Amino acid sequence: MSLDRDDVRKIAFLARIKIEDAELKPLADELNSIIGWVEQLGEVNTEGVQPMTSVAEMLAPQRPDQVTDGNVTQKVLANAPDRVKNFYTVPKVLD
Amino acid sequence: MGKLNDLTIAEARDGLAAGDFSAAELTEDCITAMEAARNLNAFITETPEIARERAATSDARRARGEALGALDGIPIAVKDLFCTTGTLTSAASHILDGFTPTYESTVSQNLINAGAVILGKTNLDEFAMGSANITSYYGNVKNPWIGPNGEDLVPGGSSGGSATAVAANICPGSIGTDTGGSIRQPASLCGVVGMKPTYGRCSRWGTVAFASSLDQAGPFARTVRDNALMLEGMAGHDPKDSTSAPIDVPNFEASISGDLKGLTVGIPEEYTLDGMPEEIQALWDQGAAWMREVGAEIKPVSLPHTKYALPAYYIVAPAEASSNLARYDGVRYGLRVEGATLDEMYENTRGSGFGAEVRRRVMIGTYVLSAGYYDAYYVKAQQVRTIILNEFNTVFEDVDVLLTPTAPNAAFPIGAKMDDPVAMYLNDVFTVPANMAGLPGISVPAGLDKSGLPLGLQIVAKPFDEETMLRAADALERAANFTAKPRYLGGQ
Repeated sequence: MSLDRDDVRKIAFLARIKIEDAELKPLADELNSIIGWVEQLGEVNTEGVQPMTSVAEMLAPQRPDQVTDGNVTQKVLANAPDRVKNFYTVPKVLD
Repeated sequence: MGKLNDLTIAEARDGLAAGDFSAAELTEDCITAMEAARNLNAFITETPEIARERAATSDARRARGEALGALDGIPIAVKDLFCTTGTLTSAASHILDGFTPTYESTVSQNLINAGAVILGKTNLDEFAMGSANITSYYGNVKNPWIGPNGEDLVPGGSSGGSATAVAANICPGSIGTDTGGSIRQPASLCGVVGMKPTYGRCSRWGTVAFASSLDQAGPFARTVRDNALMLEGMAGHDPKDSTSAPIDVPNFEASISGDLKGLTVGIPEEYTLDGMPEEIQALWDQGAAWMREVGAEIKPVSLPHTKYALPAYYIVAPAEASSNLARYDGVRYGLRVEGATLDEMYENTRGSGFGAEVRRRVMIGTYVLSAGYYDAYYVKAQQVRTIILNEFNTVFEDVDVLLTPTAPNAAFPIGAKMDDPVAMYLNDVFTVPANMAGLPGISVPAGLDKSGLPLGLQIVAKPFDEETMLRAADALERAANFTAKPRYLGGQ
């Protein structure tokens, strides 16, 4: 499997990262060298092996469904790019 | 008395307890050392005012007879990947411009609660992605050790600033994170002790995420004993991290006993690499001999799939990174670069906000998770991870710890290995397997290469058996008796 310029353009869009046209070829070469190297995993027989989801041998812990914090309006707003009164104001992201 | 910043944590603890000096005096020497070392670029943000205030608080507490444990009044440095209330937290990335958290990471809060005095936030590879500390938006960190021809060397990475701060005697301890070797490899390259605890030992809450199934916080210090003291201050169950282990924190310092009677040390044969420098093989053999001399039984073991750990890591870690870094979209905080459409705004923000290595890894991760490739790459890598874990489990039925080199080379010049990503990735060949299996590992400076640069040896232990790991590391440290100093401190 070898990525070409169009593949890189498509991946960059999926990742929402702007790539200049001049960068597509060198980036394709870099990504191909990494992917070519990781493809050695194809040598490993993984038939019937469970894929790992976590090294921590524990179930997801549960807790009572209670409010444990809150009333931190100013803290939440502290990194807001813009605000109107106590509202966190951002560009429109849904039509 | 010499400068107080030259003391170890244990020495400073004893001096503070005896009243030989105050936390304010100790902190002042560390601040002076930090300011004098600016050419090393170890810090992104210095916080001397916060340090002076906490040192004064510590002295007042001690004067009331209410001194806390070993870390009360001890100056430390914190990797700029841990969120710190009121202090810029950048992850060394342009995309987090101006991000000042209103909350504290659990690990740094635990250290503050233990009385530690935070000097500032240390430099790192952008989002902890790198093995040389050359991908930071805030510039390279210089290793306090100098190359044979006087050239500047990398400190390793990603926690290069935290390793350098301790190696240059700016402070006796610091904290970093280790996703594939980001504590142990820089510890080896800078000649200090660095530990990755068991996955789940330290909370990940409030730490900027890179690869969540691999990330783990850990300490740097100049001795194994100090590593034990730091870990005790950092660790503990945290309900805010669902992967934080609900187990008690032992007295790690008490596990250091001096002998290794009854201990079995495994030597994994697959860690011998073609082309590895002879002195690394020789040091590894010497390490085994030292451990035998103090009572350990040495046993060759086999971990046949070791060579697949690194390529599997370079699927799993970028995949998790591409998901974790999706949050940096220019909408809610940090950098925003406007565009004609919403998608353009995202693309412009992330295109200029991420550096080359982060971009590369996010794109690899996006690719291996994309439709049609998920099973071939991501599922395959997770299956290989299961095999690697099973092999460790089998070996640990016969041995207590493993002894390996930490890194396949000593520190290299800034600018080397830049053109070939895979060559850079190979720096982590000996450290990544422990992350893939969630095991604790520690690097101890054990010798010098032919250029006079430090080399570390690594001890890997069973999950949550940091006590045995520290006991073995302490014995190794005593035998190696590493006293060499970097050029920065008048050595070499």
